[in-house]
Formats: sequence, structure tokens, C-alpha cells
Amino acid sequence: MRQTPTVQSPLTLNEIYAALAECAGDLKIIAGGTDLMVLANAHQLEASNFLDIWRVDELRGISDEGDALRIGALTTYTQLIRAPLIQQFIPALVAASRTIGAVQIQNRGTLGGNIVNASPAGDSLPVLAAYDAALEIGSQRGTRRVAFNEFYTGYRRTVLAADELVIAARVPKVKAGERDFFCKVGTRRAQAISKIVMSAKAQMNAASIASIQIGIGSVAPTVMRATQTEALLVGATLTPDLIEQARQMIANEVTPITDLRSTEHYRRSVTGNVLTKFLRQIIEGAEAR
Amino acid sequence: MAVGKNILRKDGYEKLTGAARYVDDVTLEGMLYGKTIRSRIARGRIKSIAYDAAFDWSQIVIADYRDIPGKNYVALIEDDQPLLAENEIRHYAEPILLIAAANKDLLEAAAHHIHIEYEQWSPVLSIEDALACREIIYGTDNIFKRFLIGRGDVEEGFAQAERIIEGEYRVPHQEQLYIEPQGMIAIPGNEAMTLMGSMQCPYYIHKAIKQLFHLNDEQVVVIQMTTGGGFGGKEEYPSVIAAHAALLAHKAQRPVKLIYDRAEDIAATPKRHPGVIRHRTGVRRDGRMVASEIDLVFDGGAYVTLTPVVLSRGVIHALGPYACDNVRIQARAIATNTPPNGAFRGFGAPQVAFAYEMQMEKIAAELGMDSLELRRINMLREGDTTATGQTLIWSVGSEEVLNEAVERANYQAQRLAFSQSHSSIQTSTTNHVEAHKRRGIGLSFFLHGAGFTGSGEAKMKAQAGIEIMANGHPRVLSGSTEIGQGTRTIFSQIVAEELSLDFSAVEIEEPDTSRVPDSGPTVASRTCMVVGRVVQMAAREVKAKLLHFVAERFAAPEVELREGKFMVAEKALADFQEMACEYVNLFGELRCFAHYASPPEIEWNEETYSGDAYPVYSWGAEVAEVEVDMDTYEVTVVRLTTAQDIGRAIHPLLAAGQIEGGTLQAVGYGLLEELVWDQGRIINNRLTNYIIPTALDAPDMETIIVEKAYPHGPFGAKGVGELPINGAAPAIAAAVFQATGAFLSEIPITPERLQAAIEKVTTDEHR
Ligand SMILES: Cc1cc2nc3c(=O)[nH]c(=O)nc-3n(C[C@H](O)[C@H](O)[C@H](O)COP(=O)(O)OP(=O)(O)OC[C@H]3O[C@@H](n4cnc5c(N)ncnc54)[C@H](O)[C@@H]3O)c2cc1C
Repeated sequence: MRQTPTVQSPLTLNEIYAALAECAGDLKIIAGGTDLMVLANAHQLEASNFLDIWRVDELRGISDEGDALRIGALTTYTQLIRAPLIQQFIPALVAASRTIGAVQIQNRGTLGGNIVNASPAGDSLPVLAAYDAALEIGSQRGTRRVAFNEFYTGYRRTVLAADELVIAARVPKVKAGERDFFCKVGTRRAQAISKIVMSAKAQMNAASIASIQIGIGSVAPTVMRATQTEALLVGATLTPDLIEQARQMIANEVTPITDLRSTEHYRRSVTGNVLTKFLRQIIEGAEAR
Repeated sequence: MAVGKNILRKDGYEKLTGAARYVDDVTLEGMLYGKTIRSRIARGRIKSIAYDAAFDWSQIVIADYRDIPGKNYVALIEDDQPLLAENEIRHYAEPILLIAAANKDLLEAAAHHIHIEYEQWSPVLSIEDALACREIIYGTDNIFKRFLIGRGDVEEGFAQAERIIEGEYRVPHQEQLYIEPQGMIAIPGNEAMTLMGSMQCPYYIHKAIKQLFHLNDEQVVVIQMTTGGGFGGKEEYPSVIAAHAALLAHKAQRPVKLIYDRAEDIAATPKRHPGVIRHRTGVRRDGRMVASEIDLVFDGGAYVTLTPVVLSRGVIHALGPYACDNVRIQARAIATNTPPNGAFRGFGAPQVAFAYEMQMEKIAAELGMDSLELRRINMLREGDTTATGQTLIWSVGSEEVLNEAVERANYQAQRLAFSQSHSSIQTSTTNHVEAHKRRGIGLSFFLHGAGFTGSGEAKMKAQAGIEIMANGHPRVLSGSTEIGQGTRTIFSQIVAEELSLDFSAVEIEEPDTSRVPDSGPTVASRTCMVVGRVVQMAAREVKAKLLHFVAERFAAPEVELREGKFMVAEKALADFQEMACEYVNLFGELRCFAHYASPPEIEWNEETYSGDAYPVYSWGAEVAEVEVDMDTYEVTVVRLTTAQDIGRAIHPLLAAGQIEGGTLQAVGYGLLEELVWDQGRIINNRLTNYIIPTALDAPDMETIIVEKAYPHGPFGAKGVGELPINGAAPAIAAAVFQATGAFLSEIPITPERLQAAIEKVTTDEHR
């Protein structure tokens, strides 16, 4: 029979560290609980000792650190959507947050939870990937910084040690003249898990692309950067031919599967089409200017 | 006046404040929780059942087929479905054992200590496999039921045809997805059993439990609790869950609560029948249909259940709202090793509606003619004759609905504008800097027979009554259930209108078989038109008795009842309430019962499947405007305009609610809803992966109610519950066809399916 669950609710980061150091591996962190409760309801949650971090205000808040924003792990989607700093400097994260679940989930679900849950379909993750975010990770042993794009080691696996937690994400601000992009292709308009989710950023230099970063979810075991396609595009002049080449390249670069939500074929080709959406927007934006 | 007014719902306050009690809100003294142990294979036999010796079984009640006192089957149409599997397994999630315990953790733990071993046999999982008869799983040919409708001379008709157009259409399973899952509590007594739970049809359960335990009418009591939606899903299935709960309760001699969670509910309970429908239509060059041959196959699942009745409605509606002199419609329902399919709003009609409307689009496209014009040429109007040979003599709103929908949606102008904006298909493959959203507009036209099919109502003789309570107010006695659609509200309006009282004076008795008569099931769009009529007749009888009483008491021959008062000319003699009280005091009670009689004009021949299939039809037309994202193949329904002739709307707002809700459920049918199977097991049995539309997926809707009075319905009302689920899927598919050039003969139109269709159009064009 199931054990009666235990829950500890610390009030400070140090208490979290102490608790994790004491029973590392046997303690499950619970933030908003919006991923964990789904597992519990499906009888798939094996943990029975929980560390509820919801009351630790040190893990909340968005601060301006000059060229980057620091976002506390417990920041909810509603807070991200409403924050003027995020609206101004990471618009794609606002767009992503608006597509997550619906209002109830946005009020409760956290950025840290999305990151550590490590689903390839997590909708904030392509934004963090495209923006080259870094994660602040802490434990009683100290804090360390890990590039977001090196955080995942495989399907639902991360570099996080048993006694560690994610404290914050540091996300570089969008630069002047840089364009950003977010597009989620879900199974419906709300309460949808992504079939493909993409975020991208690009800086133009006249008609050619000075820099471009493309993050994609739901098309590989982890969120990924389309580095080959980025290499094709950087320095090149944005022409319809190039867009077509990029479309085909990215469709081959991703490694999606067929599952109960979609097919490999759809995911590959629509990844290509979604990228062209962004590249077309750049052209149209340039023409409009 | 109460009829035609949007009064507050009778059940609104309790539901809004959370006071309404659903079955899971009830906990009884000494109650156990029940659980069903189900098969994990689609076909085979049980080799062994083992109970871990290490587990303490003393606290667990276990029931298997040997605990069934009567015969081991679910009483419905055929006696082929066991309540609990004995040996052979015919579908995944088939019930094998029942267990009960005092708490749910113990129950879950016990379930993990039961090990069932199977011998697996090759299952039949598709219509094609069933028809090919590689494995025989029912009778000699896997066919549950056949129907044939014939009219005129089809060969002769095809000989006259200038074009013959063929189409094959496929429609999927659909889950009812009531918000409250199935649930029941059984309370054992001394030679008695009481059931309370979520249901549409208390008397179905009453019959099943009487049969199961050999009890009489009074010994079994069935009480409907507040029910969180049904959509047909709580028509026949609650008899199964009630029988299971009752078996456990009987064995434990304690009350047992059996509630499914969403995963079990989707995995095990009935769905809408999937089908394959073939049309072969002979037309003249001017569009006139001269011959129609239709072949329709529904997948019934592993047991017969209600399949023959669903198939019957399907075959009768197969030609749709069109006239054709030479018709042959063949219908078959086949067996597969999947959970039995059953009742779902529309009951066979939405499947065939998708097919006949897409066939209309196809014919129009092949003739190079406007599909609206094609419909106008072939549509049924008053005085016309249907495929079963029924002449439409009353309440035919076909032209009105078509005209209204087309005008309000500005259909023709929009259709022209969209067709000019894109003459050939262009996707990202051909030109990626093009506009990547395409618009289209499409139309559907449909009908729905109201009430039971054929002689169903004549046989059923639905009953209902009115009694006057001690306070002089009337109370309605009926087995019709409130499942969110407004039964209580419209019944009180009908009685209030008939007795010229305020609707708030009318009370509705709880559906409890010890207190209300059998009004027939709450299905088939029959509650308002059929049972409402019976309620009206009972109210008339109450009125006649009281008029007579008052006339004698005041020695006044010409008494009338107006605005709650008994009047002679302009002089008020007494209040309704006062006289009703006096009557009850004097005679002990005032109760009047009435039963349904079919209109004398209606005749149906069961043998030849011809005649008046329904006393009357409701009519609908719908226009869908869509936007297709050519990068992602997502379809957005921008606007839906629908005009529906439902006879007199007793409560226009509730009727519009039925139309909007049914239409949105049909948007799900057309675009989103699909079961994913793995060897006979449904693997998307959760709200997160069985995709129904959310509020954000709902289009703007405009609803126009057309009221062509039906002389035999209460105040002219006919059916509204099911009609609206017929229209959206084909209208959307027609709009997608216009937008993209891709003709989808299968729903749902998921982005993946649309992509494949568009890619096919593109390669065909390049060839
Ligand atoms: C109805 C519904 C709709 C949803 N829709 C979407 C959607 O559209 N898109 C989407 O991406 N997700 C969606 N989700 C998933 C979920 O809401 C998000 O992933 C959310 O961000 C999780 O945050 P949380 O705080 O609730 O995580 P929790 O459930 O509390 O935790 C998730 C995991 O992360 C761990 N964890 C949490 N915080 C930390 C931390 N700071 N350090 C270390 N480990 C930590 C937990 O131990 C757990 O393993 C949905 C969920 C539901 C129930």
C-alpha cells in the first residue's frame, strides 16, 4: 500500500539546502505542482516525501542585471506575462507563457518547474534555448552557473545533482534591432501539449543575417538548437531561395517521432514551415520599413 | 404566459451555488468503494486468476460471474454481453472481477495483487477485418444486424443518369465526454436493492436490476442524482455499472459506491459508432438526383448493445434531406474486438450526415455547379416523400432554415469572394512568401427525426402525471431526467401554461422509480416533444377535473381558468390554489396520468422498413467560415451560422444553448476528436490527449431558431437535442475544400490528415 506522504515546507533557501543535503534523492521538490499532480492522479508518482518550496520568496522575482534579466525559479507564467521587463526584453517568453495551459495553470505553474520537469514539449524551453539563457543552480555545496543549452543530457535527464535545485534563469535581453519569434503548434488553442514549438531570434545587417538562434521543442528527446540551419543562415542574404533551403535543412535536422499527438512527417515538415514563418516576417518587416 | 419565455432554470440556483448533490458527494454509513478489474487483452480466454497469498484478503470483497444470481448478461437487446467475463474475452477493458474495500488505498493495493493470465487470440480490430471474416467473432459472418431500404427502381434510375458519382466516407469514434464520469451507489436491503447515481434512464436500470436479482417492481428503487451530462453515454451503460455495484453490495451486504475516473471511463464505456459509408449517385446534368445507392457499415464493437437501433436511425437518415425516386440503402453493423459502441447524441445520424453532405459537395464539384443550387434542386419540401416512402405532411421548415442560414452568413457573396482570391492551391512547397492563410466557406443541410424510430413510441406508451400537492400547487411526475438540457424547466413551463399559473408554482418530482412512472428513456430528442406532450395532457386532465369541480361548487356552468383564477365571464370565483387545496381535502388526492399515443396519421411497417419513420423531423442548415494556416495545416473555424427548425421553442435560450453546445461538439467531431488505439486498447484515454474543443476553439456562433409548429407537440414543439450535432462537420469540411482544394472524405480533419490531403492535391496537380 502507498505510504502516507510527508511534506516539508521551508521558508528560506538555506532550509531547502539543508533538507536536500539530508535526504538527497528521497525528497521530491514540489513547486506549483502542476506537473507532479498530473502524475499523482495517474498513479505514476513514486515519491512520497515532498519538499514544498512555494513559500520561499527568495526564489521569486524578476530583476534587471544590465544585459540580462534574472528570473527566479518560482516565477509563474502570469507574473511573466504581466512583467514590463519581460514584455520589453524577452517578448517571446510572454508569447510562450500565454500559450501554457490556461489561466489556472499560468497562475500556478512556474518557470523552474517547466525547466526541471525536462519535457521535450515544455513551451518556455525553446525561448531559453534561443536566448542562450544560463541557469543558476544551488545546493549546500554552493551555487554554480550552467548554460541552459547544456542543462539536458538526454530524454528527461538533466545535470542537476540530487541535492541541487534551480534557483533562477539568467536570460540575455533582446538587442536593439533584433527580432524575436515564438510559435506553438499544439493540439488545440488552449490546454494543449505542443506538437512543435519554436522560438528564434535574429539580427539583420541590411539584407543579410548577422546572427540567428533557433530553439525547438517536441521534435527531439530534449529541446534543441538548430545549429546546422543557423550556420546555413548566418551571414547569408535572406532570399526566397535561402528560405527554401533553410526549410528543408531544418526539417532534416530535427529528429521527431510519431506518437499519439502527431506524426514524424508532420513534425519535420511543419518545423520547416514554421521557420519560414519567422523568416518571412523578417522580410516583410524589412519591406515595411 | 410561460411558454416561449426565458425563465430562470429550475435547477440553476443549486448548480450555481454548489448545493446540487452528485453521486460522488454522497457517503453512506458503512459504505465500501468498488473497483472493476478489467481485461488487458482484446481477444482470448482467461487461463487463470491468482490472488497473492501474502496479501490480506479478509478486508476485500470479491465478486466474479459465479456471484450473479440470475443469468450473466446485461439486459438490453440481445443477451450476448456478460456482466462479468467467465472465460472468453471479447474486448480490452472487459469487466472480469469486482472488488470492494472500505478505503480506496486498500482497494488499489488489492488490485495490484490480482494476476490474470490469458491465452491471446487474434483480434478483429477494424471494419475491413470484420467484413473479410478472417476471424469469426459473431454469428457466421461477424454481422450484428442488417437493414435494407428500397424505393423505386435503382437500375432504371442509373440508366437515366447522365453522370454517376461515387464517394466513400469515413467517420471515427467519438467520446461523449460528459464532465461527470459514470458513477453509482448500490444499497442492499432485505429482498431489495436501491440504486442512486448518474443516469439518463432510471427505468432501464430498474429493469436490469429486477432481472439480475429476480426482484419485483417495488423491491428495486432507482434514483437519479444530479447528473453532470450524458449525451447518450448515460443511456445504456449505467445499467452495467449499477449491476456491478449491486453485485458487490449484495455480496458485502453493505452499500457500495462505484465511480469511474476519467481514464477508466474513456477506456471502457461506449462511444459513437465509427463507420464507412459509400455513396453512388446518379444525376442528370441539371443536378437532379435520379438514383442513389448507399452502403453503410457501422462498427458495433464487441457486443450488440444498442447497435441495431443506432443502425436503424443511420439507415433512415442516410439519404439526408433530399428526394430521390430510386433508392437502395444497405446497412450493416459488424462486430469487432473493441469496447461496445452505443448511444451518443445523434445516434447514427451525424455519421451519415457527414457522408451525404460531402457527397453533395462532390456531385456539385463534378458537375461544375454550385452546391447550394444542387441542394435546392433536390431538397425535401412539404408534400415530398422520403426514402422510406414517408410523405411530409407537417412542420417542414427545410426552405426556411436553408434561406435563413445562407442569408445571415452572406454565404453566396463570401463564397464568390473566397473563390476569386485563390484559384489554385499554393503551399509553402510552391511559394513560401505567399499569404499563408486561406479562407473558405461551406454549407451543410440536414434533418433529424424526432422521437423514437418507427413504432418505438407506439410501443413505449410513455407515461407521466400531475399531482396536486397539499398546498394546492401542481407537481410533475415523470421519469424523464434533467441532464443539463432543461427538462425541469420546460416541464414547469408547459404545466404553468396549461394551468395558467406562474411557472414557479410548478414543482418537479425527483426521478425515483418508486415515485414517478416510466416516461421512457431521456434520449432521442423525445423529452420535450413526446413526454412534454404527455405532461401537457395530464395537466389538461387536472384542469378539466377542477373546472368541473368549481362549476358544481359555484353552480356556475361556464367556468374558465385564466391567470390562475377560476372565472365566470369577467368575475373571479376563486384562486386555482384555493380550489385545488379544497379538492384535495375533499377527495384525498388529485392525480392525473396520461400516456402517449402516436398521431393517427403515422404508420410504420417494420417488415418492409417503410412508411412514417418519425412523426416529424427537425431541420437545420449551417454555414461554416474557416481559415486554414497553410504552414501548420491548422483549421480555425471563424464563424458558424446555423438556422434550425425545432418547432415551437418552449424556452428559446435553452434551445439556443442546445444548438450551440451540439454544434461545438460537432466541431470536435469534425476537427479534433479521435481515439488512438494500440491492439484494441485506447491509449489516449485522458483529457490531456483526447482532444475536445476548449472555449478558445469555439467559433463565433449565430443561431437562428425557426419555429414551424408541429401540431402534435406541446404548443407546437418538436425535437432539438440531437439535430445540432449533424451540421458542423460537413460544413467545415466543405469550407476546407473551398479554402485548400483538398476534399476530405474522412474526419476529423486534423492538421496531419489535412497535410496529407493537400500534399496529394499538389502532387496530382504536378503530374
Ligand atoms: C492542465 C495543464 C496544462 C498544462 N499546459 C502546459 C503547456 O501548455 N505547456 C507547458 O510547457 N506545460 C504545461 N503544463 C505543465 C506544467 O504546468 C508546466 O511544466 C509548469 O511550468 C510546471 O511548473 P510547476 O511549478 O507546477 O512544477 P511542479 O509540478 O511543481 O514540478 C515539476 C518538476 O520540476 C521539479 N522542480 C520544480 N521546481 C524546481 C526547482 N526550482 N528546482 C529543481 N526542481 C524543481 C519538481 O521536482 C518536478 O519534478 C500543463 C500542466 C497542466 C496540469
